[in-house]
Amino acid sequence: MRLLKLVPDNTNIDFMRWRNVALMLSIIVTFASIALVAARGLNLGVDFVGGQMIRATFSQPAPIEDIRARIGALGLGDASISEFGNSRTLSIRMGLPPGGEEAANAAGSRVRAAITAKYPDTVFAVDTVSGKVSNELYRSGALAIALAMLGIAVYIWFRFEWQFGVGALTTLFHDVAMTMGFFSLTQLEFNLNVVAAILTIVGYSLNDTVVIYDRIRENLRKFRKMEIVPLLNVSLNETLSRTMVTSLSIMLALVVLLILGPEVIFGLTIAILLGTFIGTYSSIYISAPVLVWLKVDSNSFLPKNAGTSSAERVPSRNESF
Amino acid sequence: MLDFPRWKVWGISLLCLVGLLFAVPSFFPESQVAKWPSWIPSARISLGLDLAGGSHLLLEADTRDVAKQRLEQMQETIRVGLRRHSPPIAIGDISTNGGRLTFMVRNPAQADAAFEFARSQTQPVGLGPRDWTVSMVDQNRIVMTPTQAGLNDALDRAMSSAREVVYNRVDPDGTKEVTVIRQGSDRILVQVPGLQDPEGLKALLGKTARLELKLVDLTADPAQVQAGRAPVGSQVLPMAEGGGRIAVQRRAIVSGDQLIDAKQSFDPQDNRPGVSITFDGRGGRAFGKVTQENVGKPFAIILDDVVLLAPNIKEPILGGQAFISGSYTVASANDLAVQLRSGKLPVKLTVIEERTVGPELGADSIRLGAIASLVATVAVIVFMLVTYGRFGIYATIALILNALLILGIMAIFNATLTLPGIAGFVLTIGAAVDANVLINERIREEQRRGRRVLDAIENGYREASTAIFDANITNVIAAVLMFYFGSGPIRGFAVVLMIGIVTSVFTAVNVTRMLVALWARKSRPKELHI
Repeated sequence: MRLLKLVPDNTNIDFMRWRNVALMLSIIVTFASIALVAARGLNLGVDFVGGQMIRATFSQPAPIEDIRARIGALGLGDASISEFGNSRTLSIRMGLPPGGEEAANAAGSRVRAAITAKYPDTVFAVDTVSGKVSNELYRSGALAIALAMLGIAVYIWFRFEWQFGVGALTTLFHDVAMTMGFFSLTQLEFNLNVVAAILTIVGYSLNDTVVIYDRIRENLRKFRKMEIVPLLNVSLNETLSRTMVTSLSIMLALVVLLILGPEVIFGLTIAILLGTFIGTYSSIYISAPVLVWLKVDSNSFLPKNAGTSSAERVPSRNESF
Repeated sequence: MLDFPRWKVWGISLLCLVGLLFAVPSFFPESQVAKWPSWIPSARISLGLDLAGGSHLLLEADTRDVAKQRLEQMQETIRVGLRRHSPPIAIGDISTNGGRLTFMVRNPAQADAAFEFARSQTQPVGLGPRDWTVSMVDQNRIVMTPTQAGLNDALDRAMSSAREVVYNRVDPDGTKEVTVIRQGSDRILVQVPGLQDPEGLKALLGKTARLELKLVDLTADPAQVQAGRAPVGSQVLPMAEGGGRIAVQRRAIVSGDQLIDAKQSFDPQDNRPGVSITFDGRGGRAFGKVTQENVGKPFAIILDDVVLLAPNIKEPILGGQAFISGSYTVASANDLAVQLRSGKLPVKLTVIEERTVGPELGADSIRLGAIASLVATVAVIVFMLVTYGRFGIYATIALILNALLILGIMAIFNATLTLPGIAGFVLTIGAAVDANVLINERIREEQRRGRRVLDAIENGYREASTAIFDANITNVIAAVLMFYFGSGPIRGFAVVLMIGIVTSVFTAVNVTRMLVALWARKSRPKELHI
């Protein structure tokens, strides 16, 4: 049986030739993402802004107008009501009512009561988050992502060289910014599950970057005379087959989850899928070129103080025995 | 490559078997697992409420309430203590304004004695400072300031007993699988699987349920009482019905602490639902004595500082029993009985986060999720097989083993699988695929460079391992940081990630290597299709 080879042997693509084009593209998209998040904002879920998110599943197609009227009659402020996944399920989103925790709690109960009064078979999923908790979730989520990125960069700095640490951090920043930009563009709900997705993306992108860095390090030691740009090309081509197989198998799994999986994980899955794509791109076009600009060369991995300094070293008294 | 010591084969196989054994119960319904012989582990992965359905409530204590109660208690202790002091010490101008207790000793000559008494009422907290600092100003004014250590200690004790009370209210019969745990210094997390409508639960937890029986102060001027002013030693409280106010003596005859039972029953006179309560010996005697001395006068039954009713004492009540009536239904009387039985909450609790998922919704998610995961796994396996042939089979075995080991280890630790946990699962499966891909691609590369079969395999494993190692260590770092700094859902993600990284490296590197070594030793391949 002939086995599938996604990337033919001896492939030699001059990736680095387009590195400046790719960089411009990345910079534009990254800044566009940041600007988009700043200007349009994210559709933050109740996890981060507080309020109520009620998903009501009816036994028949959802009577959306009637529900709108019923909830409007409660006078609890603006409620955004839309279909969720299928025609029997509605998502009802409400902000924090004035009057603190007690009021928020009471509002949830009243909405639920107003619906069950006419539609007793309705099944609910309710999230009520107070302003205090949402602030904490927001802070701890941001802190967890930032610290995870930083911790990783430091580790890579220790294991490789500082340029690699900077490269990894830049790559992660690029990926996270783009994913947030995507959420701002589509206005898909940004909640705690999406934070988990972003962490997954960070993990995946990093995995990809480390694999390529590992090969670059190996080649820097092996081909001492080679210029950095061709060396990066060799390394990227050598790992290309692996990059393709891994990315494709993960995307394959995610596409299946996206199509067949439950509605509740849609946001999660699409974020990871997108992140896999961005992560694959960025480990080639961000992680590697950063090394060129930070002037990594084959001397980066020479043992420190190995050459001249050891000759000058004066033997200490203990050593002279 | 060929030498793979026998002890390693046994070790790896044993580890896998144990892991698999622990994964098994999670695939069967709990009722069935219960019937299995005892040597099969019965620990299962519990599904998070977002998947299984149920209610999650986060309660926060009002810390100012604790501070206020402490001040009031200390005020009472000082007032009563100095009055009973021999010789009695007269004080005045007592106040709890500004979070401190201050009072003036009328006779400056007794100031030192009063100071000593106040000091004797404070206690050291652990090995540190005392719970109050006592100081004297202007020769005869004593100031007692609560220390932070004392407050923290009081809050800690209040929270432990609040946790107990909450538990007893949520699950009075101890039959449900509820989780009631303290979180941070002032929070309690309540999780009730399967609960669809938490309104009843919230109502049950929303009340402090501090029951007190006090004598009505008949000396008070009704006009003054309506204006909210009461004579010294009394207080004005609102009535539950009618909206009026009433003055009662501050000192309680008996309180809910002295209760031994409370149950829903019916008023013998008009058959309306209410709660009959029974006091313990001391409470019953105190109640008997006071009712004996005050026949014909009214006493007030007070719940959470609201007077429910103020009946006249027709005859001494000596059995230590009383009946609370009012506008109750059977259900609300039953709730009150549960609240009274579970004791009063030492501090007011507010629901600051609620998450409820109807069980049917959760079941739907699980079913769809399971089907999708299965199809996704098959797709990846097919992809591995057409890409790597024989080595794809080994990769597949490693992948399946990896998934089962993650489940097994989660079951051992009784971990909870949540939606974000599934994201972690996806990531680790991805990492496991990647480790296999790294190894196999490296073997292809080594072979292309003209190495012989066994050398190529040997080198492939060795060279790929540094990349696998670095990639996974970085993920471990991320997972640990997330676990420490993230909130609930992010932690769920991190836990699965940490377990998954260990198992995926183990299966992708050690297990496949063993399989390859066993195969190579048996068939001595001359050429390699990979």
